This record gives sequence, structure tokens and C-alpha cells, in this order.
Amino acid sequence: MAHTKLAFISQRPPYKSENPKLAITHTIAYQIVEILLDEGETVVPTLCFIGEGVLGCLKDQKAMENYGMTSTETHLKNALLVDVDVLVCKEDLERFGITEDKLLDAEDMGADKRLQIVPFESIQKEIESANHVLFF
Amino acid sequence: MGTLTIGIFSSLIGSMSFDFTMKLAEAAVNKGHKVNLWFSGNATSAAKNNQKHLKDYSTGEKPLKALLEKGVEICTCEACTSARGIQKTDAIEKIQWNAMHWYLAKIHHSDRVLHIGGE
Repeated sequence: MAHTKLAFISQRPPYKSENPKLAITHTIAYQIVEILLDEGETVVPTLCFIGEGVLGCLKDQKAMENYGMTSTETHLKNALLVDVDVLVCKEDLERFGITEDKLLDAEDMGADKRLQIVPFESIQKEIESANHVLFF
Repeated sequence: MGTLTIGIFSSLIGSMSFDFTMKLAEAAVNKGHKVNLWFSGNATSAAKNNQKHLKDYSTGEKPLKALLEKGVEICTCEACTSARGIQKTDAIEKIQWNAMHWYLAKIHHSDRVLHIGGE
């Protein structure tokens, strides 16, 4: 198989556990996986935030100030910078009262990609079309 | 026979997820499947050698060594492991140390993937 499509699902709130960070860093690793693959083989990731996971998409996180560690926001901006498709569940954002203006972007880093707010139905399609699904 | 890759993120002690993973990997390899194990997050504590098997706690070192002897490839996330104060000199021999792309590459070549999440 030349291409392997992976769906990374982040479903837990940031900082309560390590999982959201690991979801993002594992996704970003697609950038260098080719050194371990044969020519023409690729891994294509999609990163999806659902449930409490959408809280990790808020901007102005203060993790460095409060915890002395890189924020989920910074990790996520790096994901956008390396052209990962990042989908955020529209219904779950609404459930938490989070409007689009409260979400991060990586424009200051020069990223072309932006968070994509989509209905859960679209995320389900990503899951169904992936070769493997990884829940974090 | 197929190739199974298991990513384990749960700690060695605190849940039975790690114990389950060891038993599942053993069952798969005994049936002739190729098995890869990836440790990340709290699972990386299982790479530490000289674990004392107290009867009140699950244990990882003995089953891990048995899996390695059977040809199971086991790799621990170097950053996650080092962050927990475990150095290569303190680790079980033959466990590989690498980064997350190792996991993705193994997934790419796998027939099935089980991703067993952390706490």
C-alpha cells in the first residue's frame, strides 16, 4: 500500500492528561516517517478534535506561564504549519459555547492551513475512510 | 499470517491495560503473527530494568523479555522515557529507542493496529 490514511482523534481536555499533546505530536511525526518507508510510500494524517478535546483548540493558552511546558496551542500551531488537516467538531464547540473567534490559528507562523470547523458527520467520514484510527 | 502493531500508552501499574497488552501480544505471536509494540506516555516506564515483582502489582519486565525472545519488536518513545528519568543504561536490553515516526512506519506496514490509550 503506497498511502496509509490515519485518523487521529483527540477527545480529552488539554493538560488533564498527556493524551492531547501526544495526539498532536504523533500526528506531526508524519513529516519524517518517510525515512523509514520505501520510496513512494506515505502516511497521510488527519487530526480531529471531538468532545472535551475541542478545548485544546482555544487560543491564548498560558501553559508555559502556569505549568512551564509547551502549550497544546503551540503544538497545534506546529501541526497547521506542517499542513496537517485539523478538523474541529462544530457541535461540540457549540456545546461549550466556543465561537470561532476564540480559536487559535497559526497565521503568525506563516501557516496556510487553518482549523476546519465541521459537523461531526464530516469527522465520521474521515474515520470511515481512514486505514487506521487512533483515539487519544 | 498478519502484522499487528500495538501502541500502548497506559502505565505499567495503575490499570490492567498494560498487562492485557502483554497477553494479547503473546497470543498473537504464538499464532505466528508478526507483532510490533510501541510505548509512549506513561507506558514508557515499563522499559525500566530491574523491576521488582511484588504480588500486589502487575509486572512488565518478564513478559517483555519473553516477547523480545519471540521476535516481537518493541520500541519506546525516547523523549517520553527520558522525561521520566529512565536512561538507556537503565532499560531492558533489546528494547529499541526511537521517536513517533517509528510507530507510524510500523502502522503503515501493519494489517491491524490496536491503539491502547493512556489514563
